[in-house]
Amino acid sequence: MFVSLNWLKNYVDIDQLSPKDLAEKITKSGIEVEGLERFASESTNVVVGYVESCEQHPDADKLNLCKVNVGDETLQIICGAPNIAQGQKVAVAKPGAVLPGNFKIKKAKLRGVESFGMICSLQELGVEEKFVPKEFASGIFVFPEDTEIGADVTELLNLDDIILELGLTPNRSDALSMLGVAYEVAALLDVPIRLPGTIYQTVEEKTKEHVSVSVEATEQNPYYGAFLLKDVKIGPSPLWMRNYLSAEGIRPINNVVDITNYVLLEYGQPLHAFDFDTFGSNEVVVRMAEQDEKLVTIDEQERTLTNEHLVITNGKEPVALAGVMGGANSEVSDDTTTVLLEAAYFDGQTVRKASKDFDLRSDASTRFEKGVDPARVKQAGERAVQLLQQYAGATVLDGVAETGELDLTEKQVTIWTSVINDRLGTAMSNEDIANILRKLNFNYEQDGETFIVSAPTRRQDIVIFEDMLEEVARIYGYDNLPFTLPSGGSQAGGLTKQQELKRHVKQFMEGAGLSETVTYSLTSKERAVELVSPEVAEEMVSTVSLAMPMSEEHSTLRLSILPEMLSSVAYNLARKQDNIAYYEIGSVFLSKEENVTEQPKETLRLAGALTGEWTTHPWQQEKKAVDFFVAKGILEALFESLNLDVTFTQAKVDGMHPGRTAQLFVSGRSIGFVGQVHPALQKKYDLKETYVFDVDFDYILANHENEPSFTQIPRYPSVTRDIALVVDESIPAGELQATITKAGGELVKSIQVFDVYQGEHLEQGKKSIAFSVFYQNPEQTLTDEEVEASYQAILTAVAEEHQAELRG
Amino acid sequence: MKDQLQALETEALQKVAEATSLKELQDVRVAYLGKKGPITEVLRGMGKLSKEERPVIGELANTVRGNIADAIDGKKETIEAAELEKQLEEETIDVTLPGRPAPTGGPHLLTSIVEEIEDLFIGMGFEVREGPEVETDYYNFEALNLPKGHPARDMQDSFYITEDILMRTHTSPVQARTMNAMEDKRPVKMICPGKVYRRDTDDATHSHQFTQIEGLYVDKNVRMSDLKGVLDRFAKQMFGEDREIRLRPSFFPFTEPSVEMDISCKMCHGDGCSVCKQTGWIEILGAGMVHPRVLEMAGYDPKVYSGFAFGMGPERIAMLKYGVDDIRHFYTNDKRFLKQYHQA
Repeated sequence: MFVSLNWLKNYVDIDQLSPKDLAEKITKSGIEVEGLERFASESTNVVVGYVESCEQHPDADKLNLCKVNVGDETLQIICGAPNIAQGQKVAVAKPGAVLPGNFKIKKAKLRGVESFGMICSLQELGVEEKFVPKEFASGIFVFPEDTEIGADVTELLNLDDIILELGLTPNRSDALSMLGVAYEVAALLDVPIRLPGTIYQTVEEKTKEHVSVSVEATEQNPYYGAFLLKDVKIGPSPLWMRNYLSAEGIRPINNVVDITNYVLLEYGQPLHAFDFDTFGSNEVVVRMAEQDEKLVTIDEQERTLTNEHLVITNGKEPVALAGVMGGANSEVSDDTTTVLLEAAYFDGQTVRKASKDFDLRSDASTRFEKGVDPARVKQAGERAVQLLQQYAGATVLDGVAETGELDLTEKQVTIWTSVINDRLGTAMSNEDIANILRKLNFNYEQDGETFIVSAPTRRQDIVIFEDMLEEVARIYGYDNLPFTLPSGGSQAGGLTKQQELKRHVKQFMEGAGLSETVTYSLTSKERAVELVSPEVAEEMVSTVSLAMPMSEEHSTLRLSILPEMLSSVAYNLARKQDNIAYYEIGSVFLSKEENVTEQPKETLRLAGALTGEWTTHPWQQEKKAVDFFVAKGILEALFESLNLDVTFTQAKVDGMHPGRTAQLFVSGRSIGFVGQVHPALQKKYDLKETYVFDVDFDYILANHENEPSFTQIPRYPSVTRDIALVVDESIPAGELQATITKAGGELVKSIQVFDVYQGEHLEQGKKSIAFSVFYQNPEQTLTDEEVEASYQAILTAVAEEHQAELRG
Repeated sequence: MKDQLQALETEALQKVAEATSLKELQDVRVAYLGKKGPITEVLRGMGKLSKEERPVIGELANTVRGNIADAIDGKKETIEAAELEKQLEEETIDVTLPGRPAPTGGPHLLTSIVEEIEDLFIGMGFEVREGPEVETDYYNFEALNLPKGHPARDMQDSFYITEDILMRTHTSPVQARTMNAMEDKRPVKMICPGKVYRRDTDDATHSHQFTQIEGLYVDKNVRMSDLKGVLDRFAKQMFGEDREIRLRPSFFPFTEPSVEMDISCKMCHGDGCSVCKQTGWIEILGAGMVHPRVLEMAGYDPKVYSGFAFGMGPERIAMLKYGVDDIRHFYTNDKRFLKQYHQA
């Protein structure tokens, strides 16, 4: 909503504040002022001149030589405008004038003839072309005949007006009118408000003798009123009105159209003027459109309607799309003499549907959508009739052809000073509250601290106590509220164990050298099913897709963080960032239904991606590329820090390298995987050798033992025995280790692989794996016999289970 | 014999002094103190001495032996120290060469901001709650006083999955969920960070996915001045003690009164500059007193309970605090961007 301050001054006295301070006050009390601008940039020394004579320049076809009376003198001015003519009143920039853009006017010689100044177009005076009336768009502006010669043009054209742009929240549609803004400003400045007059003369002839009104769709159109005006003379509207409309961003057209627009802005009530001679009948019938019914609107577009659209008809065919746009068949033209003026209340949702379906958002539709003030519907019609009588010479017929009724009762809301103080933390008195209600122009009945407030119909947003609480608070001023801290029972805030654990894991990953990413949850349909961990693949039935995605790229909910993370990795590689180590903890979404009817299961995953060099120290010729064991090592250390016993098993996972992928298990339950991305997928993603992992983080959160218990630090020395075993190359080290652990007995504290060898001195198809076995007895010093017995048991077991031989 | 011993002592001490290496010193030890050395030799001849002379010479011989041994030990320490020094000299490295890089990872800027805000509100007694990112229409809208047909819940603005399921458009549903879950309807004091989704085209200031932090405090006698006090503490801790806040009326369907909170501009301290668009204030978050309908729907009697709620965008806060100029940076995961915020 744009607000011309010059226009606003007609209703409230705002001179006590500068425009900037006024804007600040409005912003702080309820409506954000998003812009404050002069209507047109400053110009000086431009006055009204009378063109006494206008002849062709002796030496130039397109130039005219004019004698212009500017009051105190008559100037010779050369003018090239095509619409210049003798007898006009025009805007003259005298020598010494400065126009917008710091354009200085000097005495000049044009084709040998002297020119003292310039006759100006509105554009030259700083008015935006779109607000210039069409007849003056490609020439100079012509003032009405009765304009005083020598008068200051800036003042006449309102060029120094200040325009505020208000950003209205949905509840403040009352400020979609100049009067609404006036009430607001009156409350803020504590000044009285002056309402416009609506008094006009009528003839004896009755409206109802010429036109009848009936409404079939009463729910969508609870009230419809029609005024009838004869002898209308179409012409330009008064200059002041044109100025105000331009300031509000509306191009002036003619007096009838301008007056309906003016009243729309003044009252917030859209009106529509039909040419009654082309209306097609003498009955107005408002009904829902028939399916596929057609209407050509005034923008010359043929609209195909449905039965959800409300139309005004002449009993036979539609003549307007209610509240949105009129029909071309009954549009007011230069030949119009009889006007049927509509003042009606249309249901917001119905209007919204039509304006959306046809992409026709207008000043009228916006106001109906948000709900107009029922008390102003007829008033606005009367105001327009008054202006039409005054500025279009209309003869007004007696009465209004109307049907329906609007609820004009004011909602009563009871407030109590003590409750207001309790809710706000203030110490207002009853007088303070009464004073605020008076400023707001709200009627009320007071009994001690109880106020029964009648919310005016213009404030449809005020319904409950809290709405009034807000009114009181904002007029009292939020700046005046004290700063307090909650007095309620002290609650110890904090993180849950799980939230703390999540932070621990994040810090661990970062300490291990990984950087956290935040990627999109929405990915493409294709990517959504890539690199899905086996336990997720098993649990899910379908992916979850958006009904109306913005793009295919972000259409489907992820089942794994990895695809979007790998896209980020590729983004970095493309920018020569070759060494990447990323992790992320985030939700994935799996549906257990073929067709989604319930919220999908959301489960947290911990994912990571590593590529390029892991460690590098060039001058010492050290370089270690990321490999499987780097990725695995990070997870092992993480699980150790979580005291979680995880088994890594050779596995095949879609999209992963078939020989370099391990699945993770805890007590036989799959919790994720780690490995190299399949080279084919690497290529598809534009990646180099990349290792990834994806772990069920919810499982970790749910199964973590949060308190480590104390274990005695061993007092007796340990013994280490090394065992090098030759086995078939297909035997995984993990299985050997499991056998050793089991056979070694409880004295075995830990086992470590320290060598893996394959090649010379070994039979084809065999490999050697060497383990260090650490023995310890917490109770006493180990004996050789004990260790030897365990060692032999190990040898027997590995020989039996894996045909392992001791390496000679 | 006495003279002989004294001469030996003089000679030996002379050789100790002349020794320059541990080897030479060892030779001196062997030569004078060894079993075949001259002192042993002298002591062997003691048998010929008189009874009175024997203890005197014996004592002298021991003294001489002791003196020589002490001299050798002394010299040994000196030589060892010199040799160590020489060895260390040879071990000198160029300390200006670069060290081996230690692994360096770090948190994402958004997480850092979220955790900072979490900690700040935890300090004021808040808990951290979470909720689903895929929500029901009921919790995302209806429970927040946005009934069907409300213009603020346009299909065009939300990512719907079915008619009743959608990507949450704000973290506010966690308010309703948390209150509903409180069977004994005791006070609620929580914040909820999380991802939210809107049907926007990604550009410098819009992202179809972004982060929000919601706050809610419901109790008996919660006042709007409490909201102002809590937000003031938040703003001062987050942005600096010299910052001021102001509340401006606004509108949200789930709060009444509703406000927006501005903080004074750090560039101009309220005088007006290009950062704050000449207003002196920068908009930070939306807040308000919980709408009685919302309390009621969650089973809290609005006559007994009142509360405040607020919601803010960590992206916006990060952009203001660090001058990040494009929201897409948060989701591109460019290593060069991420690294900038790994410093403490």
